[in-house]
Amino acid sequence: MTQDNDKTHELIAFRIGAQQFCVDIRAVREIRGWAMATPLPQAPTWVKGVINLRGTVLPIIDLGARLGFGATEPSQRHVIIVARIGDKTVGLLVEAVSDILTVGSESIQPAPDVSCEAVRCFVKGVIAQEADMISLVSLDGILPEAELREAA
Amino acid sequence: MDPMEEIKATFFQECDELLADLESGLLEMEAGATDPETVNAVFRAVHSVKGGAGAFGLDTLVRFAHVFETTLDAVRNQTLEADAAVVRVMLRSADRLSDHITAAKAGEDLGEEGDQALIQELQAFLGDVEDDTAGDDMPDFGFKPMLISLGDDPAPLELAPVANGPWEIILRPQAALYRNGNDPAVLLRELAMLGQTTVTLDDSGVPDLNDLDAQGAYLCWTVSMPGTVEEDRIREVFEFADFDCDLTIRRSAGEGANEIVEAPLPVLAVEEAPAVPEPLADAPVEGEAFSLDAILAMARDAAAATELTGDVPAPQADVSDVSQAPAPQGSAVEASPPASAPPRAASEASTGSSATPTQQTIRVDLDRVDRLIDLVGELVINQAMLAQKVLEEGAAPSGSVALGLDDLEQLTREIQDSVMAIRAQPVKSVFQRMPRLVREVAGMTGKSVRLVTEGENTEVDKTVIERLSDPLTHMIRNAIDHGLETPEQRREAGKPEEGTIRLAALHRSGRIVIEISDDGKGIDRTRVKAIAVERGLIDADATLTDEEIDNLIFAPGFSTASTISDISGRGVGMDVVKRSIQALGGRITITSTPGKGSLFTLSLPLTLAVLDGMVVTVGDQTLVVPITVIVETLQPKASDIRGLGPEGTVLAVRGSHVPMVDVGQALKFPSQGNARAGVTLLVESELGGLIALRVDAIQGQRQVVIKSLEQNYRQVSGIAAATILGDGRVALILDVDGLVATRRPAVAPQQPLAQAS
Repeated sequence: MTQDNDKTHELIAFRIGAQQFCVDIRAVREIRGWAMATPLPQAPTWVKGVINLRGTVLPIIDLGARLGFGATEPSQRHVIIVARIGDKTVGLLVEAVSDILTVGSESIQPAPDVSCEAVRCFVKGVIAQEADMISLVSLDGILPEAELREAA
Repeated sequence: MDPMEEIKATFFQECDELLADLESGLLEMEAGATDPETVNAVFRAVHSVKGGAGAFGLDTLVRFAHVFETTLDAVRNQTLEADAAVVRVMLRSADRLSDHITAAKAGEDLGEEGDQALIQELQAFLGDVEDDTAGDDMPDFGFKPMLISLGDDPAPLELAPVANGPWEIILRPQAALYRNGNDPAVLLRELAMLGQTTVTLDDSGVPDLNDLDAQGAYLCWTVSMPGTVEEDRIREVFEFADFDCDLTIRRSAGEGANEIVEAPLPVLAVEEAPAVPEPLADAPVEGEAFSLDAILAMARDAAAATELTGDVPAPQADVSDVSQAPAPQGSAVEASPPASAPPRAASEASTGSSATPTQQTIRVDLDRVDRLIDLVGELVINQAMLAQKVLEEGAAPSGSVALGLDDLEQLTREIQDSVMAIRAQPVKSVFQRMPRLVREVAGMTGKSVRLVTEGENTEVDKTVIERLSDPLTHMIRNAIDHGLETPEQRREAGKPEEGTIRLAALHRSGRIVIEISDDGKGIDRTRVKAIAVERGLIDADATLTDEEIDNLIFAPGFSTASTISDISGRGVGMDVVKRSIQALGGRITITSTPGKGSLFTLSLPLTLAVLDGMVVTVGDQTLVVPITVIVETLQPKASDIRGLGPEGTVLAVRGSHVPMVDVGQALKFPSQGNARAGVTLLVESELGGLIALRVDAIQGQRQVVIKSLEQNYRQVSGIAAATILGDGRVALILDVDGLVATRRPAVAPQQPLAQAS
């Protein structure tokens, strides 16, 4: 994700547990409701399976599990953010989409150094909001080929 | 891609087609076809390749193509007879040309060394015909085109050419010339720049207005030029018009052609060629569209002329008939620009020269077609879901909504079939590569081989075609190398010295069947068995049926050639062929009669986009098993399932024991019930051995659309692909070989093939 200075970013904010996260809107293709996924054999725990997105077989990534929150038990309330990562289209399972933000580059602060490995890998910055903080997630590392191969 | 590269890519694409035309034309000539169309088609192919190559500066290619073309020209002019020897050299030249193009595609240059032998052979043929070619890099020779009869054309003049007499150029454009944007006026002007020209128009071919085709070509010009002009220069003028007109360039005999009226016309008059010849008697409209204005002028002339002569009863109706637009005369032609008029009439006008009317095609990016196929597959699923929901909502089964949905279903199926048909192509493109292979392998082995192909127009999915090429190549190599005997052996066996390889394609029950047969010695079963024993594939005392022995040649690492030859026996054998056919969802069988030959039969699905599958339940999941691998399904008795070692289980099937794989366990899906319940699918694995797959239940058989898992995810071992079921959910398609491989340590040692049946 390019982060040019003095540029505004449009971001989609969503909730995982009690925390707020967001991704660059340019990566997002659509947002849809949860559908039963077909589990895949030999998949990492954070891959929920595959669903049918108008004829495309779409892998579903449990973003909560990916960020280290533990597996999500999906329900009708959960949503799937369909995002483009590189040349692949994937679905990100999150609890709910909360907002669309427009922020300037200057309001994105570098992520504070915390010990959590997953946070260090995926959280590229934080945005302060009135009484809240939103973490900007970089999708680039969500589907690393190496990790997928390892998991195989 | 930069524009030049794009053009180049198109050129190479066209080259492939041209080479195919070239080869098929030459093969027709080899089979005895001498008609001008075939020869012309062959010539055109080489000429077009040369032309394109010249534009890209592929000099080596151009030089070689030029020599080839020159020899072909001699055949076209009937100064050289295309006997067997000539065609053989030409076939080899076509191969070489193809090599050149392949090299050029890769950005390489083969160099000219390899061309020399062929060039010499090609030129040697010309040497027989013309003596004055010696020492001339670009031999020119008497050009005597075939005159293509258009109506009651006068017979060609038979006049002895005079060595340095004035040139007589007869130009009879065909409709294609105009369609291709050439203009005889320009040609004539260019000729005039070479020297003093005298142009005579012959408009006797112009029909009644009734019969006139606005897109047709009816005119013929005769140009006289001083004999001092070089022939090459005259030919250059016609370089791009050559195919689309009947062109005669010759030295006039003494007094000149008797029917030529010497009427010197200034160059400017030539430009106005379409208008110059005033309507004469019943020939009101001259020639062809040069420009919109010219058409207009002609139409007016025509209309005027017909009115004057009164020969044609209803001129107005005729004009509008020609233009296919019921507009007033004069403007009628304007309303129909030449490009948009139907090509039918034009091709009729040029019958005799252009071969069978070519089908109109467009080039489409494959991705677009695939996207369309995807969407249509989706449409089918959505339609099914909609129909189900409508019924669930309680609509009457024979109500108007349900009936409407039935129609919709019919339509979507039809759309699906039509879209699938876009990807279908005749197997010709693969078959056409085989003659060359046969020639080469026959040359290497010193055997004399004739290849007979049948059913070349049988259509099958493009991907299937692409992936057929390698297995077929290998099988034909094998058939020649191992199957056919040497000419001496054949003579002794009382067979013709020339062996025959037959390659046939046909549709049978929704699949394509390809047969490769030879009339060779058949499979030497004693030797095959001995080798199998030697390689440890079977026990020395195993009793095998003939069929089982024949099938041993598909076992991995099996090679019957006692010497490893250049051609086959490179370590990969029929096992690889079998595997690649199976990967396509196909099967391969062999029948062999000692002394009579062998027949390999490949049965393949028509498309890779859909697959016939057995839908099964494993745990709470639905899986699809390709029908092609399933040998039988059975519900085994608990007593037939036996443990082998701590984890392994085998299934007793009619006396032999088959390793058993629990699909749920293998894929780590939670399985219901105990391992002894459920249904067993007996499937054929990679090695030809049988494997028993245990599933919970069989739901039924259906055709499923194959969806890639790798596109957005990655390959999963044991899973071939995914599909979408009628309820909109994704189901995984089992990859039996992959599944077995993941379980390899737990599976009993490889089953010898002999036990397989």
